[in-house]
Amino acid sequence: MLTVATGNKAVAAAVKDACPSVVAAYPITPQTEIVEQIAEYVTSGELKSQYIPVESEHSAMAACIGASITGVRTFTATSSHGLHYMHEMVNWAAGARLPIVMANVNRALGPGWNIWAEHTDAFQERDTGWLQVYVGSVQEAYDATLMAFRIAEHESVLLPVMVNLDGFLLSHSMHPLQSVEIRDFIPPIHLPHAIDTANPAGYGTLTGPDQYFRFRWDIERSMRDSVNVIRETEEDFRHRFGREYHPVEEYRCDDADVVVVAMGTLGKEAEVAVDLLRKEGVKAGSMRIRWFRPFPRLDLSGRDVVVIDRDYSFGFGGVIARSLAATEGAKPFSVIAGLGGQEVTYDDIAGFVRDRRPGEEFWFGVMPDV
Amino acid sequence: MYEIRIHSRGGQGGVTAARLLALAAIRDGKYATACPFYGAERRGAPVVSYVRIDDHPIRVYSQIRHPDLVLILDTSVMDVVDVLNGMKPGGRVLVNATDHREMKGFPSFSVDLTGIALRENLVVAGNPILNTAVLGALAKMGIVTMESAKMAIQEMFSDKRNVTAAEAAYAELVA
Repeated sequence: MLTVATGNKAVAAAVKDACPSVVAAYPITPQTEIVEQIAEYVTSGELKSQYIPVESEHSAMAACIGASITGVRTFTATSSHGLHYMHEMVNWAAGARLPIVMANVNRALGPGWNIWAEHTDAFQERDTGWLQVYVGSVQEAYDATLMAFRIAEHESVLLPVMVNLDGFLLSHSMHPLQSVEIRDFIPPIHLPHAIDTANPAGYGTLTGPDQYFRFRWDIERSMRDSVNVIRETEEDFRHRFGREYHPVEEYRCDDADVVVVAMGTLGKEAEVAVDLLRKEGVKAGSMRIRWFRPFPRLDLSGRDVVVIDRDYSFGFGGVIARSLAATEGAKPFSVIAGLGGQEVTYDDIAGFVRDRRPGEEFWFGVMPDV
Repeated sequence: MYEIRIHSRGGQGGVTAARLLALAAIRDGKYATACPFYGAERRGAPVVSYVRIDDHPIRVYSQIRHPDLVLILDTSVMDVVDVLNGMKPGGRVLVNATDHREMKGFPSFSVDLTGIALRENLVVAGNPILNTAVLGALAKMGIVTMESAKMAIQEMFSDKRNVTAAEAAYAELVA
């Protein structure tokens, strides 16, 4: 049914439709509405899940790990400081090969204390073995959450998936939302290494120097295999429900001389900047990176590249700009913009493109002029 | 794209008004988004919400700087906020007031939403509920159809007095 919902409500609705057996979560702004709504679904009986209110995010992920190892579908949601409070368990979930799905509402890290959008929170978890997807609309928050369960639980993946949505810009914005009849889109979960609750016994995970690296490689092998699983899942989603997704959403790139690369809502706003620039005769296009892990390939050859990073790695640079320098040999104009919810308009983005200086870094609002 | 900025005070229902308006626009077959601007809100502080309506999917997330319509639910915010800031040429203003207001050359409309809410006894925690009545005024101004406005109200609120309030605002809007 077509309705109006916030990004948070969209995630909760997708969780209801995916029907995890266990949800364990702790509220944090701007994610709170997700866990409130799921708790309401459980209370009303619309979602037949065990809802475990926990005392911290570390416990939330630990509870999901404990539930997931019994072979059931699990979900949690967090943001920013909550994500980092569970950091130890975030690593554990991936290492234990548990297909937990988590929504992370991207929010800046304090101090300065700030509850608004930034991607650094999730980027700091990039080496944990979690798959990460970033959405650009409320509808996509719903769709990506549904797909996350299928991708995580696929036998070739069996890794956790983090669905990221921009704090307030998506979590609290209200857009049209069309839910779907999922039917058998997400097959029943089958965890090959699940423990038997009827005959309870765990197994030790101590792994010596002669074996540990094999398990690390196995995570990477699955991460590589996940590329195909993501493609198949997005293709089947389009086939069943009519909405099309790719690891990178390209917009007017075919004949583009200059490409704006961004993530989340800035990636959508960049499309409006592209339309503006095209009217001025600038052959611009945009690429919105959706899947950040596994990191996608981008066709940037022979083009100027303007990367907008709503993140920063201190002493290194914008994470996407430096990643594309490494993976594609790009020499982007690296714009650092939108940190902590800093307002960035399509006019601003068009300005970054007009006045680009390939190879340089520009902090929007800090440095006097492009 | 038609852009609406709503000025109110925390707790008056400006955010819900934005949501209702977006829902009504969607029931009209259009695309719409509603974005409350979240600062350090608390009850009684001036707050702003945005609604965008278009025939195409909306990809803009930044704040509305050049509104086509400014809706003022509480005239006291005009003492502390420049409510006409960035108005588009030809932009219109809708004010919740008992009297008609001149708004620096912008066509202005007024309706006593507070009076209507009190008359219908639509009061929650001592606050008159303005956000359902205002849909009627917006329908009269042609932003959404009255049919969709009523549909949106009924989807979100079961109390029929909300529809009665919207009908009253539709009838009583003063240009």
